[in-house]
Amino acid sequence: MEVLLAFVIGGLFAGAIYMILRRCVVKLIIGLALLSHASNLLIFTIGRLLRGKAPIIEEGARQINETVADPLPQALILTAIVISFGLTAFVIVLIEQVYQVVGVDDVDKLKVTDSSN
Amino acid sequence: MNNLILVAPILWPLATAIIVTIFWFRRSVQSALNFVGATGLLFIGIMLVRMVWLDGIQSVQIGSWPAPYGITLVADMFSAIMVLMAGLTAFVMAIYSVASIDKRRKQFGYYSLVNTLFMGVCGAFITGDIFNMYVWFEVMLISSFVLLTLGGETRQIEGTFKYVTINLISSAFFLAGVGFIYGMTGTLNMADIAVKLSLYENQGLITVVAMLFLIAFGIKAAVFPLFFWLPASYHTPPIAITAIFAGLLSKVGVYSLIRVFTLFFIGNIGFTHTLLMIIAGFTMVVGVLGAAAQYEMRRLLSLHIISQIGYMIMGLAIFTPLALAGAILHIAHNMIVKTNLFLVSGVISKLRGSYNLKILGGISNAYPLLGTLFMIPALSLAGMPPLSGFWSKLLLIKAGFEAQQYAIIAVSLVVSLLTLYSMTKIWNYAFWKDAAPCKTAKPGEPEKNLFSFPNVYLLVPMILLTLVSITIGFFPEPFFLAVNRAAEDLMNPQNYINVVLGGSL
Repeated sequence: MEVLLAFVIGGLFAGAIYMILRRCVVKLIIGLALLSHASNLLIFTIGRLLRGKAPIIEEGARQINETVADPLPQALILTAIVISFGLTAFVIVLIEQVYQVVGVDDVDKLKVTDSSN
Repeated sequence: MNNLILVAPILWPLATAIIVTIFWFRRSVQSALNFVGATGLLFIGIMLVRMVWLDGIQSVQIGSWPAPYGITLVADMFSAIMVLMAGLTAFVMAIYSVASIDKRRKQFGYYSLVNTLFMGVCGAFITGDIFNMYVWFEVMLISSFVLLTLGGETRQIEGTFKYVTINLISSAFFLAGVGFIYGMTGTLNMADIAVKLSLYENQGLITVVAMLFLIAFGIKAAVFPLFFWLPASYHTPPIAITAIFAGLLSKVGVYSLIRVFTLFFIGNIGFTHTLLMIIAGFTMVVGVLGAAAQYEMRRLLSLHIISQIGYMIMGLAIFTPLALAGAILHIAHNMIVKTNLFLVSGVISKLRGSYNLKILGGISNAYPLLGTLFMIPALSLAGMPPLSGFWSKLLLIKAGFEAQQYAIIAVSLVVSLLTLYSMTKIWNYAFWKDAAPCKTAKPGEPEKNLFSFPNVYLLVPMILLTLVSITIGFFPEPFFLAVNRAAEDLMNPQNYINVVLGGSL
C-alpha cells in the first residue's frame, strides 16, 4: 500500500509541476490544487498506514494496549485541506479578476508589473 | 501557567481586528481603534522583551497539554525582539495609514486585514510548534493576498497573481517538509524535534528535509534564486501596505530560516550553512545590481529588500554567536530603515504625484525636512557610521573575520558601496536635480504644504523611525546586549529545549 501511495504522490507532484508550468492561468490553478493534494497525501502516508485499528480506548481500559493508527496526521491534513480550500477559492476569484482587468489568460502576457512604471 | 502574556501578541491583534470590523461603516472610529490596538501591540512587545530579559526564555502550554503533545508558545529573546519590531511597525503604520490609505480601501476592511496580518506574523514569531507555524504563515498569507488586491488596480491584481502563485508553492513545500519531520520524529514540537533529530540515525535524510524548508522559507524571505515574485508584486499596492510588507513580511521568512537552521538542522553544518553562505552572497549582489538599474523608487527600494536579506542570511551562514547577533540587529535595523524609506517615497509621491526619478526633482529645495528624513535612513541602509546600519554590518563583518570567511566579507563590503550608490542616485535625481519641467503638477501651482493637517500624519511616523535609527546609532550598547543574548540563546538550543520540555515535568 505504501509503495502504491508513494507512486501516486510522485505522480501528483509531477502532474502539479507540469500544470504549474503551463501558460494557461486555469491550468496553473489546477496545478496548485494538485500540489496541495500531493502534500496532504504525503503527510497521510508518512504517518504510517494501519488498516482497521482505530485509536479508541476500550470501555473500562485506562490506555491503549495494542498498536493503533496515529490520528494526528489526519488532523493535520484536515487543517491543511481547509486552508487550501480557502486559498483555492480566493485564487479562483483572483484569476477571474485577472481575466477581467488584464484580458488575457496567458501567463506569458502578464507583463504589466514588469514594465517600468 | 502564568505566562499568559505570551498569548497576547496573538489575541490582541485578533481582538483589534474584530472590534474594528464591528465599526465597518465608521472610518474615523476604525482609525482611532486601530491606533489603540497598534499601541497595545507595541506595549506588549516591550513587556515581552523586558520579561525575557529578566527571566530568560518563557513558554506556555496552550490548554495545559504537556509539552510535546499540545501546542507550545515560546518566547526567547529573538522572538521577543521580533514581536517588538512588529509592534513598532504596527504603531508607525497606524499613524501613517490615517492620511495615506484612501477612503475606499479603508471602507473595504483595510484595518481589519492589517490586524489579522499582524496576528499571523506575531503567531509565527511566538509559536514553538512547526505545524502551528504553518497555520500562522497561512493566516499571514491570506491577509497579505487580500491587502495586495485591495483597491483592484490592474497592476495590483497582476502582482497579486504572481505573489499568490509562488507563495502557494512555498506553502506546499513547507507542508511536505512538516510531513517528513513528523514521519521521522513523530512530533511537531520544535524543541522535541531538535532532540529527536539529533538522535536520528539517517542524517542524510535530515539534510534533504532541510532543503525542503530552505526552499519554503527561502521563497518567503526572497533569497537569491527564489526572489522573482518580490520585485513583481511589492511595488503595486499603496505605499502604506508596501511599507508593512517590506518591513515585516519578508523578515518572517528570515526569522523562520534562522529558527530552523539554529534549532534542528544543525547536524550537517558543512553542507547546509555553506549553501546558505553562497545564497547570501548571490542574494546581496543580485538585489543591489537589480536596484541600480531601476528608476522607479518603489521598485528600486523593493530590490534593496532582497539585497539586505542577504546580510541576514550571511549572519546565519557564518553561524557564530557574534554573526547571529549581527543578523538579528540587521533585521531590526532593516525593518526600521526600510519602512522609513518607503514612507518617504510615499510622501514624495503624494507631494509630486510620481515615483519616477526621471520626472522628480528639486525636493530638497522645496522640502528640506523631507530631504533630511530621507538622507538619514538612506545612509543608515548603506551602513554609514554612526547610524544603525553601521553597527549591524560591523558585527557581521567582524564575525566574518573571526570565522575567516573572507569572500563573503568582500562581497558584503562591495554591496554596501553599491547600496550607497543607489541611495545617492535617488538623492541626486529626486532631491538635488532641478525640478524637471513639471509633468505632474500644473504650472504655477504652489508647492503643497508638508505641515498642513492630514500630512502631519505622514510626517510623525518618519520622524519617529528616524529617531529610533539615530538612537540605535548613538547608543548601541543596550541593543548589543539584547541581540547578544538572543544570539546566545540561538547558539545553545539546549536552553530552549529545557524550557519547553522541562516545563511539562
